[in-house]
Amino acid sequence: MEVPILKQGHYLIASIQSALSDNDLVQLRDSLVEQVGRQRSRGVIVDVTALDVMDSFATRTIRDITYMIRLRGAETVIVGIQPDVAFTMVQLGLKLEGVPTALDLEEGIAFLNKSAGPAGKDKNARGK
Amino acid sequence: MDPETRTLPGTAHHAMQSTAELLRQLVSHLRQNRTQLREEWARRITEARLLTAMTKEEVFAEATSVYDNYVEALETGTFEALQAYARGLSERIIPRGVETDEVIGIVLLLRDVLARSLFAKYQNDFALLNRILDAYEPAANRIANTVAVGFVQERERVIREQQEAIRVLSTPVLQVRERLLILPIIGVIDPQRARQLTEQLLRGIRTNRAKVVVIDITGVPVMDANVANHLVQTVEATRLLGATVIITGLSPEIAQTLVTIGVDLGKMNTVGDLQGGIEEAERLLGYRVIPSGETTEHLRT
Repeated sequence: MEVPILKQGHYLIASIQSALSDNDLVQLRDSLVEQVGRQRSRGVIVDVTALDVMDSFATRTIRDITYMIRLRGAETVIVGIQPDVAFTMVQLGLKLEGVPTALDLEEGIAFLNKSAGPAGKDKNARGK
Repeated sequence: MDPETRTLPGTAHHAMQSTAELLRQLVSHLRQNRTQLREEWARRITEARLLTAMTKEEVFAEATSVYDNYVEALETGTFEALQAYARGLSERIIPRGVETDEVIGIVLLLRDVLARSLFAKYQNDFALLNRILDAYEPAANRIANTVAVGFVQERERVIREQQEAIRVLSTPVLQVRERLLILPIIGVIDPQRARQLTEQLLRGIRTNRAKVVVIDITGVPVMDANVANHLVQTVEATRLLGATVIITGLSPEIAQTLVTIGVDLGKMNTVGDLQGGIEEAERLLGYRVIPSGETTEHLRT
């Protein structure tokens, strides 16, 4: 199943609706990395609320997405990891190191507003 | 065994006696010498410094009922009554701090006392003594077994009960401010409890939409590598939900332990005490607590 990628202002939102195969994940990765440049997005939100399992491949792909998008000059945030999923991931030693996370879509947007900001000067203003 | 003994001339008349008959004989012997054997047993218990948590009278009273139950079990060959008695006994003496080895010790002592009295009684008829012991030993072993198992089971039941009590006591996840949760942990953390704590905390984060969690471990007496790793896991899982953890109340001992065992606490945000933790959390959330008198002045800035 293909993951729809929505453009919302300066951000891209990929909302995963059902369990994904490894191929779907790779496809999601490729299209996000491609679109973030085409749409000139500053931030990407990957919503995994609907996922009730995250295996090592999914974890690695999501980490790859984050790193690749960072290289493309945008910030990624993963939102909506379920408590059970988080617990299982940690127990399996699957860490999303260096990957920003947020509770839900709203939090994710708030995070991007702060870190990827609509404009760079916002960030500096906050630092003061 | 029987056909073989039957061929021995000297034991021919004994061989006719069945094991049950021998046991009956044995039991009546034990009944006749009840007072003397019981006293002998109580004396041996005191000598061996067993059951020191109990008074002499108590030891004697318990010895009497154990003795009677013992003989009864030998007589009837059924162990249900003894089992029930052993359980009751354990229930009475476990709170007094009686240890497993003491209980097993006294039962073995009784076995020894009785065997000696049998030796004394039948010393002139070696063949009969042999057969009496053949009848006695298996039953005595089963009795010792039953009592020991009863005691251990009772102990385990007590332990389970206490674990359940600790579990019920478990830790609340409290919201002190919008998006700020506190998790005060008191007592020893075992893997099961750690798991439960983490699950509770993660649910709490989701339902309260928490952004910062303060975990206070002032009430945790000891921390080993396992518990520390659980803590690290909890912090990691919390981060996956987009929340930040602040750990407070690390005692000097725990700090030393953690550094010594080399737990990676690099990702953990630690603050000295709960107050400091809450202040730090408020800072992260963008709150500023100010005395009411200064409200207007600060609002302008």
